Amino acid sequence: MGSQGGFYQSKEFLDLVKSIGEARSKAEEDRIVLSEIETLKRRISEPDTPKRKMKEYIIRLVYVEMLGHDASFGYIHAVKMTHDDTLLVKRTGYLAVTLFLNEDHDLIILIVNTIQKDLKSDNYLVVCVALNAVCKLINEETIPAVLPQIVELLAHPKEAVRKKAIMALHRFYQKSPSSVSHLVSNFRKRLCDNDPGVMGATLCPLFDLITNDVNSYKDLVISFVSILKQVAERRLPKAYDYHQMPAPFIQIKLLKILALLGSGDKQASENMYTVVGDIFRKCDSSSNIGNAVLYECICCVSSIYPNPKLLESAADAISRFLKSDSHNLKYMGIDALGRLIKISPEIAEQHQLAVIDCLEDPDDTLKRKTFELLYKMTKSTNVEVIVDRMIDYMISINDNHYKTEIASRCVELAEQFAPSNQWFIQTMNKVFEHAGDLVNIKVAHNLMRLIAEGFGEDDNTADSQLRSSAVESYLYILGEPKLPSVFLQVICWVLGEYGTADGKYSASYITGKLCDVAEAYSNDETVKAYAVTALMKIYAFEIAAGRMVDMLPECHSLMEEFLASHSTDLQQRAYELQAVIGLDAHAVESIMPSDASCEDIEVDKALSFLNGYIQESIEKGAQPYIPESERSGMLNISNFRNQDHHEASSHGLRFEAYELPKQTVQARIPPASLASTELVPVPEPVYPRESYQTTTVPSVSSDAASTELKLRLDGVQKKWGRQTHFPSTSTSNSTSQKTVNGITQVDGSNTANSRTRETYDSRKQVEISPEKQKLAASLFGGPSKTEKKSATGHKSSKPSSHMVKSHAPKSSMEVASEKTSPVQQPPDLLDFGEPTVKSTAPSLDPFKDLEGLLEPTTQVSSAVNHSSTAAVTKSPDIMGLYTETPAGAHHKDSDILSGLSNSPMTNMVGGTTTMQVAQTSKSPNLKDSLEKDALVRQMGVTPSSQNPNLFKDLLG
Amino acid sequence: MIHFVLLISRQGKVRLTKWYSPYSQKERTKVIRELSGLILTRGPKLCNFVEWRGLRVVYKRYASLYFCMCIDEDDNELEILEIIHHYVEVLDRYFGSVCELDLIYNFHKAYFILDELLIAGELQEPSKRTVTRLVAAQDSLVETAKEQTSSITNIIAQAAK
Repeated sequence: MGSQGGFYQSKEFLDLVKSIGEARSKAEEDRIVLSEIETLKRRISEPDTPKRKMKEYIIRLVYVEMLGHDASFGYIHAVKMTHDDTLLVKRTGYLAVTLFLNEDHDLIILIVNTIQKDLKSDNYLVVCVALNAVCKLINEETIPAVLPQIVELLAHPKEAVRKKAIMALHRFYQKSPSSVSHLVSNFRKRLCDNDPGVMGATLCPLFDLITNDVNSYKDLVISFVSILKQVAERRLPKAYDYHQMPAPFIQIKLLKILALLGSGDKQASENMYTVVGDIFRKCDSSSNIGNAVLYECICCVSSIYPNPKLLESAADAISRFLKSDSHNLKYMGIDALGRLIKISPEIAEQHQLAVIDCLEDPDDTLKRKTFELLYKMTKSTNVEVIVDRMIDYMISINDNHYKTEIASRCVELAEQFAPSNQWFIQTMNKVFEHAGDLVNIKVAHNLMRLIAEGFGEDDNTADSQLRSSAVESYLYILGEPKLPSVFLQVICWVLGEYGTADGKYSASYITGKLCDVAEAYSNDETVKAYAVTALMKIYAFEIAAGRMVDMLPECHSLMEEFLASHSTDLQQRAYELQAVIGLDAHAVESIMPSDASCEDIEVDKALSFLNGYIQESIEKGAQPYIPESERSGMLNISNFRNQDHHEASSHGLRFEAYELPKQTVQARIPPASLASTELVPVPEPVYPRESYQTTTVPSVSSDAASTELKLRLDGVQKKWGRQTHFPSTSTSNSTSQKTVNGITQVDGSNTANSRTRETYDSRKQVEISPEKQKLAASLFGGPSKTEKKSATGHKSSKPSSHMVKSHAPKSSMEVASEKTSPVQQPPDLLDFGEPTVKSTAPSLDPFKDLEGLLEPTTQVSSAVNHSSTAAVTKSPDIMGLYTETPAGAHHKDSDILSGLSNSPMTNMVGGTTTMQVAQTSKSPNLKDSLEKDALVRQMGVTPSSQNPNLFKDLLG
Repeated sequence: MIHFVLLISRQGKVRLTKWYSPYSQKERTKVIRELSGLILTRGPKLCNFVEWRGLRVVYKRYASLYFCMCIDEDDNELEILEIIHHYVEVLDRYFGSVCELDLIYNFHKAYFILDELLIAGELQEPSKRTVTRLVAAQDSLVETAKEQTSSITNIIAQAAK
């Protein structure tokens, strides 16, 4: 087939590719491409370009676009080319349009007609090419135009067409599930197609269908199991073998489907146990593809209803993965471990050192995977270590995407498992400091709320300790040069509420700090607003305490600036501050009570205190208030504030009719309410007004923030802290009980574990034991015991008890299935409502049929491929050229050897002959590449000195 | 599913790109730049997987060429690694001990083969033999068609004159 590697293209094209290959810089490359674009623009629009030339131009366009330049001027020519009659040109046209156009491109409408015509072609190759284009180009709108034809093609005599038609329908399903929902029976029918390729392709749409609706496909479990069984027993044609594995890609797809179908379904799962167990046994763990199948088996086992025997095999496979030298396998092992610990948490313990190794590995990918595992196995006993590690890692990376993810994980873990509120605040500080702007604003509100509410018990000293430690840590952190906005908001709020509460810091010190913040971050209005409100609180507390207030000079200048600020929010806050300072102690105390951020504000929604005023007004001739529901269609002008609110919440065009204005709190306020707010100079505690602010202005005053918390986060309390987590034990002794549990637990196990326990118990003290073991201890120290303790009622106990139970019936079931399997197995691939297949060839296995068609050579040739690679890797001089790791080479090597030793006699014969071929096979390969070299030189293309590897055989 | 396939040389030059999920031209350039920075700098002993924007990129180096495929988080990375190898083996069969130069000058052929192997981001054909047979069938038709068209167009061209 080497002849097909020849070069048909013109000298011009070869020169282009060559000059780009030799370009020394990106700029030079761009220059060459731009001049090429100019040439193409000119040439392509010339009339009467011969087809052959046109085809080359289009290929050159593809090349230009591949290098990242815009070739849109030529799209229309590519579209035109698809209209051509000859497959030669058509194929290139279709290739170009599939590469150029996304599914929403305007030109697609021009292609639909051509596609329709080509789908009807009697040349199956034309149909194939058109189907390739269908998969890429047909969008939701154009699906109906081609759908009937594609459904017809499902019965096409050529398997390649059937396969592509299936894949096209799969694509349609992804784009618009409703368009093909009536075709489910067709997919089922294709599952028993005579061609394994078509059957394999059908698994793709079925997988998606089953993902979305498991229950409608439970009847297929038996069929999938029997297909998988036949595949694993090598009943498919040899052409589907891949590196001595029988059709591994089909096996993987089937295992994925079984995992879905068996999830939480004991009956369905029981059908699968035997075949999955067989695959575990048969998988060749020395080849990469074998491990891929093994991994899929583990995923399947961890998803279906648990079976102790399979779990054991899965655990074995995982430990093989983790012990391997290959990073790839370690990675898969960590991933698999993460899946399996959901079912049997105890297996994590035996792999603790391997996990620690992966955590400390220089490979970032492996590290992140390990963090994912740790995240899954976090408990209240190991949360401190894990979160600390995560934060350290978070600080060390600059990939914002992952930083956000790991930050939110830290927050989530800290919220769920925090051992103490103090620790929680410290952790949050760290997260905010290093990933502040990436963190959700809600997290900040949670933190403020925690500080305000404290332990939620009647332990006021602990609460005030917590607060003063928070204040202290924030004053310290404020020394840092650049802090994220969200974090500053929290700091300002806490300093305002509790800065002077314990009397350690003077008001002038705190206000000075707050002024510094407002000045240092002068372009952040939200922070400034928080700072001003905090200042107001401090002064209010001072006045209420009867002390003299003297504003710092910098505070004065700040206020002057804000009074003239462009931001109305800042302005208002500044005016409010001024007003508060002018009041007497009694008034201030009722406006701004100390530490009342969590107190409920009594709101008289009926506003009964205004009754007298209203009466008075009505007597003077004012209009009585009509509730909104009674005013039909009338635009109420006096209610402007309400309108304002609506506008703020709905920007953009609206297509639906205007609804009547909603009835809100303000709506009930009589017209006179405007006057009433003016009567009260400081609006802070007036509830309706506050709630209004929170909905419209994103930057909220401190009190608003806390009332907002009240409004929004009612469910959060449950997530937090220990009292809700361990409902049975009280907060203070839950930790001690755990450790007690730990000791009793670990005593039973080996010495390494007892060391573990020691270090766990006294983690804070410096021990002589190796760092790693310590880490292992703190991570894994008590997973099993806490699991047992915390989940006695739920989760972990459930599978274990079932495991015990299911053990007995399992063995009998196995016997039963063994008995039944020979009966049901031989004749047909599937036994569900498909009588046509059955009746035509009831006694023949369709795959067996195909097997007979095989030429014997294929087997040999695939073996040649292998042994040639082996031959190369064995010879040391060529080895040196390859940067590929020797480990990989060994793998291939042993792979072949084991393959040979395992394979039956016929294979053995083939093997020995191929080994001989292998010795000689490399020389033609070399000759091949020399020929290629000569040919290229002949054409005037010299390989660039930059890349001497151009001629290197990719497969080695 | 596979979101895209990239072939990048060790120098960071693009040899082939195939996008199964929609990416604008601008995004494509950015993706290629980001990934070549990420992948080409990785040491030889590390995993063949890279986490990227919440997706996974599986790559494998053959001589001086990196084959990369971007997949979803819950796909089987080892399987993708083998799909890459499968593709290389098919290329090798087709070109006869394939080398980077083959792909540079015949990238459209590499596309045709890829189209027979993957479709809409899924593996459509696990048998090497079927793929090579189908591509060969197309090629042979192309060859004969080529001769025919050239002769026919010649005749028409001459007749027109």
